[in-house]
Amino acid sequence: MSAVTIDGGGPVVEAPTKTQGYWTGVARRLRRDKVAMACALVLLLILLAAIFAPLVAPVDPAKGSILKRLMPIGTPGHLLGTDELGRDMLSRLIFGGRLSLMMGIAPVFFALLIGSLLGIVSGFVGGRVNTAIMRTVDVFFAFPSVLLAVAISGALGAGIANAMLALTIVFIPPIARVAESVTTQVRSLDYVEAARASGAGGWTIIRVHILGNVLGPIFVYATSLVSVSMILAAGLSFLGLGTKPPEAEWGLMLNTLRTAIYTQPWVAALPGLMIFAVSISFNLLSDGLRSAMDVQR
Amino acid sequence: MSSADLSTRADVPLLQVRELVKRFPLKGGMFQRGGVVHAVDGVSFAVEAGETLGIVGESGCGKSTTARLLMHLISPDDGRVLLEGREVGPSRARNEGGTPGGLTLNELRRRMQMVFQDSFASLNPRLTIETSIAFGPGVHGTPEREANARAQDLLRKVGLDPARFAGRYPHELSGGQRQRVNIARALALEPKIVILDEAVSALDKSVEAQVLNLLLDLKADFGLTYVFISHDLNVVQYVSDRVMVMYLGKIVEIGPVGRIYADAAHPYTRALLSAMPTMDPAHRTAAPPLAGDPPNPIDPPSGCRFRTRCPFAEEVCAAREPPLTATEAGHRVACHMAHAGSGHSKAPPLAAAA
Repeated sequence: MSAVTIDGGGPVVEAPTKTQGYWTGVARRLRRDKVAMACALVLLLILLAAIFAPLVAPVDPAKGSILKRLMPIGTPGHLLGTDELGRDMLSRLIFGGRLSLMMGIAPVFFALLIGSLLGIVSGFVGGRVNTAIMRTVDVFFAFPSVLLAVAISGALGAGIANAMLALTIVFIPPIARVAESVTTQVRSLDYVEAARASGAGGWTIIRVHILGNVLGPIFVYATSLVSVSMILAAGLSFLGLGTKPPEAEWGLMLNTLRTAIYTQPWVAALPGLMIFAVSISFNLLSDGLRSAMDVQR
Repeated sequence: MSSADLSTRADVPLLQVRELVKRFPLKGGMFQRGGVVHAVDGVSFAVEAGETLGIVGESGCGKSTTARLLMHLISPDDGRVLLEGREVGPSRARNEGGTPGGLTLNELRRRMQMVFQDSFASLNPRLTIETSIAFGPGVHGTPEREANARAQDLLRKVGLDPARFAGRYPHELSGGQRQRVNIARALALEPKIVILDEAVSALDKSVEAQVLNLLLDLKADFGLTYVFISHDLNVVQYVSDRVMVMYLGKIVEIGPVGRIYADAAHPYTRALLSAMPTMDPAHRTAAPPLAGDPPNPIDPPSGCRFRTRCPFAEEVCAAREPPLTATEAGHRVACHMAHAGSGHSKAPPLAAAA
């Protein structure tokens, strides 16, 4: 019957025997992205400085001096000047990174766990389960995220743990929403249908075929939320709902230094600059990650 | 033991489909009543072991829904599917009427597999093709090493060198190569029957011919049975032993391929065949054999569903639905013109039929 002989299957491009894995390819494409790499470097430096703060910081961040209040940037002994209580700004910025980064990353991390679980399950199961979960999530969308965070942490009372809990609750709905839409999209693809046709159960399909194709986009989205979380956390601290003085935290520092905006505007702007640097780095890195994860390129 | 005897009986067709029905409810707005699409409406046919049944029809006629119903990817609203004489049930392994010996879905899926049209969408982009092929056997408890060995073996069988291709990702392959992988994946569970839902329709003509020949070779090698769904009448003629023509969720004609292509009895089949592209200028038709679209399946016409587009429609066609009855051995038609005594002016006289 075979009038046409079967060859290797059309034109074959010479390729190495062993092709590289998907994540190797992502890492290679990400390394070529100069902007993303610069952002990663900035984040890494800030993170390392925060972790090793006691080693890196020149002086004790809590030690004030009545005589040396609001010194300008470049003062000998105080490279970035001092705040309204005469504490060293550089040390406080380094120590403040600890709380600020934690307030940025931890809520998003927990929201990522809970939100993607909710979203993937509702997207995969569909029907009434989907309606139940997603309409509940929609209720939270009715409130602006800042207002919601303020309301929840206000109700729970001031404090770092409560602020983080409030932020986690704020970020679950958007992550669940993204997870649900990506999962719904992937679920309708033929390879999921083919997996069902081969007799695989729901959890096996989610584990092998859904997770790998869904976690990437969700993760990219979550990365972009880290900056939002930091800004919201700074806002909560600013309002007195998050960190309390004398803790060093960028949002709180911005709050206490705002009275000095006319005497030492550059010093007062420093915490804001840090928040800006970290959040824009996270955003650009997540952009880079998004395009590096695009297989077609 | 009697059920085992039944399943091995030679005179039972491999696949029997009886009065299969699938309706899709339409979602209306909050204050509207939604309609119902009769995607598949009382379809009955049988497929003998070792043959290829071609299913043709316009888009929306229920071909693909039928394929998904056979695979139980969607559950039928009514009707029965029997494989090897055993009824397929959702979970309980019982025949209709409660007698044991029915086929569970898992058992069905080891015996029946499917190849989809979109070669790219039907492969997980994150898995190597070897992993994709080995997934099915793994689900059914084959150890990983053995499943991978089988995947490599199947890659060789579909004409892809495992040393070069096993570790590749779908986007690194051409459309034809990907469809070979999909075929290998379908064969990994060693099925008896494979449903090919437009499996070659998206391929280039030259690649399509290669894959078709591969399918025919594999059929001979593994002793497979095919249900070949396509809108391409040339391809169906090439691969099929018998052809089934569907229109608006119903079978209008079913019979041996030579009979259908040479002497179709249903006006719809004749119209489809005359629309077939041909290389011979003498046989070209200038006028379109069928005008317009099929009627809305939400509200199909009364009587014969084809009557709104049929040049021979008469009163009887609107009044009564023509049953799918045999005109001669193995050839069944649902048209009043083919049935003696139906009341249609072109129907054969009663005496001739008797």
